Amino acid sequence: MDGLTKCGLSADELADFRRIAGFMIPADATYDVPGADDPLIFADIASSLGVDREDVRAALTSLRQFAGCPLSDMDDGRAERVSFEFLAQQGRPIQTLGRMVLAAYYRDDRVMRSIGREPRAPYPKGHTVPDGDWSLLEVVKARAPIWRDDRKA
Amino acid sequence: MSKNEMVDVLIIGAGASGAAVAWSLADTKMRILCLEQGDWMKPTDYPTNGRDWEARRYTDFEISPNRRARDLDYPINDDNSVMKIANFNGVGGGTILWTAHFPRMHPSDFRVKSLDGVADDWPISYWNLEPYFEQNDRMVGVSGLPGDPGVPPHNPPMPPIPLGRTGTRYGQVMNKLGWHWWPSDVAVATRDYEGRAKCINLGHCTPGCAHGAKASADITYWPLALRAGVELRTRCRVREITTNEHGMASGVVYYDPEGKEVFQPAEVVILASNGVGTPRLLLNSASSRFPNGLANSSGLVGKNLMLHPWPQVRGYVEDEMDGDRGPMTCIWSKQFYETDPERDFVRGYTLQFMRVTGPASEAIQSSLVGHLPWGRDHHRVYRSLVNHRLQIGVACEDLPEEHNRVTLDPVLKDSHGIPAPRIDYTISANCARMMEHGIARATEILEAAGAKNLYTSRTLLNYPGHLLGTCRMGDDPERSVVNAWGRCHDVKNLFVVDGSIWVTSGGVNPTSTIQALALYIADNMKQRLATLFD
Ligand SMILES: Cc1cc2nc3c(=O)[nH]c(=O)nc-3n(C[C@H](O)[C@H](O)[C@H](O)COP(=O)(O)OP(=O)(O)OC[C@H]3O[C@@H](n4cnc5c(N)ncnc54)[C@H](O)[C@@H]3O)c2cc1C
Repeated sequence: MDGLTKCGLSADELADFRRIAGFMIPADATYDVPGADDPLIFADIASSLGVDREDVRAALTSLRQFAGCPLSDMDDGRAERVSFEFLAQQGRPIQTLGRMVLAAYYRDDRVMRSIGREPRAPYPKGHTVPDGDWSLLEVVKARAPIWRDDRKA
Repeated sequence: MSKNEMVDVLIIGAGASGAAVAWSLADTKMRILCLEQGDWMKPTDYPTNGRDWEARRYTDFEISPNRRARDLDYPINDDNSVMKIANFNGVGGGTILWTAHFPRMHPSDFRVKSLDGVADDWPISYWNLEPYFEQNDRMVGVSGLPGDPGVPPHNPPMPPIPLGRTGTRYGQVMNKLGWHWWPSDVAVATRDYEGRAKCINLGHCTPGCAHGAKASADITYWPLALRAGVELRTRCRVREITTNEHGMASGVVYYDPEGKEVFQPAEVVILASNGVGTPRLLLNSASSRFPNGLANSSGLVGKNLMLHPWPQVRGYVEDEMDGDRGPMTCIWSKQFYETDPERDFVRGYTLQFMRVTGPASEAIQSSLVGHLPWGRDHHRVYRSLVNHRLQIGVACEDLPEEHNRVTLDPVLKDSHGIPAPRIDYTISANCARMMEHGIARATEILEAAGAKNLYTSRTLLNYPGHLLGTCRMGDDPERSVVNAWGRCHDVKNLFVVDGSIWVTSGGVNPTSTIQALALYIADNMKQRLATLFD
């Protein structure tokens, strides 16, 4: 959880952030996936803020203003409704907050397995791509040239 | 200010064109030096080495220098441009981040005035460049399939990249519509080639190829140029080109890696700093003899900037496609490339068919346009998107207009205090009509492929990094900056070899033609060595 302490957000900001992240991407047993508020995933989100930290902070400040109180003071239903109304406002800070959540969520091992991918970096194993159906090109090969020959113009 | 020893040839910029010209001139055995503001890239630093590979597209491998903001980047004020500037500053230049789609300009592209009555003809033709296209294909290592009726005959040295599921789907639907398609030429090795390993489908070609299969100029031309004796100094940013009492270039002033000012004298100076960096340098080299900037008696330095509007249309099919597995672009269509008098625009475009994007990028992009909801339905919708996307880019020919331009920003400066470029650019009416035509055709194709959830992006995120036209080539010194072989009309030992010398832009990715031009100019210089400054 080192990311949480070093990420540069206050404890209050982190609490709101984690709560809204859990509404944005909730855990789902059907797909066997954690939510974005899962401790490992949220720690990854928090430790990845980097150059985007100020945008995320700005989003969290407007969230607090919009909600009028910390999300933790609200019951689940109200906190969820307020969160979605807030997210619907769009704007750069909110988009950045969304990107930070998604970028970390869609690299978690459990999430990767759930969508049928090996949890790994692309390099060095790479991927296999089927060759495809080259016979489809036969009709194109049979065509006359369609490029314009300036020497004949 | 310290002063170095004189060199015969000084090249500014180690990108696509700088690498090609350095390699070609090396066999003259002249003393050749290249100054590059960026650094060498290490394959181990490329994003696909780590689990955060997609996130790094938004930080240190961003295509916008303003957001990427590495210490070796310079800022560009592109606020007054609907298209934003994408580039990379380092050995290899833009090819570090390129997608390696490798079409050539078409013969008609060089004669738009004669054929279609617009803009200007180039002073050279496709056929002048043809041997250099071939030489460049071999040097770069291009994969493709001969026999395309959409382009002049040529023989890529390696077989094409796989069609995959996505390419097959595109092929089926294009056949159904009766429209031309063909596997793209790409600068990606499909077999081991000249010391480069064959592609293993990392799928994330754009932010650097960790495997070395993508032909960035740092691993194609540069190793050979260095072995042939060219010297390359990195982290050296050129501030200005100096001139002597005869109005000839005498060398450059640059900042070395420690930030010290150095004067580098040279017999010949070659600009290879791209369509934004080159006019910036010429404008920053104004002096009492050249008050409007160096080589700018025509007033055209920085003008006629062309950026290639490149709308994208995407949609989602039911069955699983390749997603991010495999090189991104796999097919092109030249069906709408040449002028058709029945249409409401002149010139045309290439359709570029893509495999596209990884798991996080899919989520980020879909969420941004409202296709991926937050909340309980997120997971179900996401699974209908990831690996189900088809996407077509419309590569529109951008014609030159003088009001589209690079100037010096009055306020913004880089980390050395050198005035930064400012971009003013709008999309022309002809191009806007062309874009709509292309968007409508791409929509038709996707619908015929059974795609749903279509989304069109006209300019947002479509910044192809094609920086062209700002020091145009021509025979008339009043209407052009360089002559038919790249020499500045005003300064006879100053050459330009990068994308800025383009007269028109064609409807293709430019680098094949940029490098062929650089090789052609180098050959002209070699043939004229005895009379180079006459
Ligand atoms: C994201 C992206 C994707 C792309 N995809 C494709 C593609 O699929 N196909 C294609 O054909 N093209 C593509 N391109 C474009 C391609 O990268 C460029 O066309 C090509 O690199 C231009 O070559 P150049 O020599 O003109 O300039 P560059 O390659 O940009 O090289 C210019 C070099 O000059 C250096 N420089 C500038 N100013 C100074 C200075 N003052 N002092 C010292 N050094 C300086 C820069 O650091 C840079 O390294 C893409 C570009 C980007 C950014």
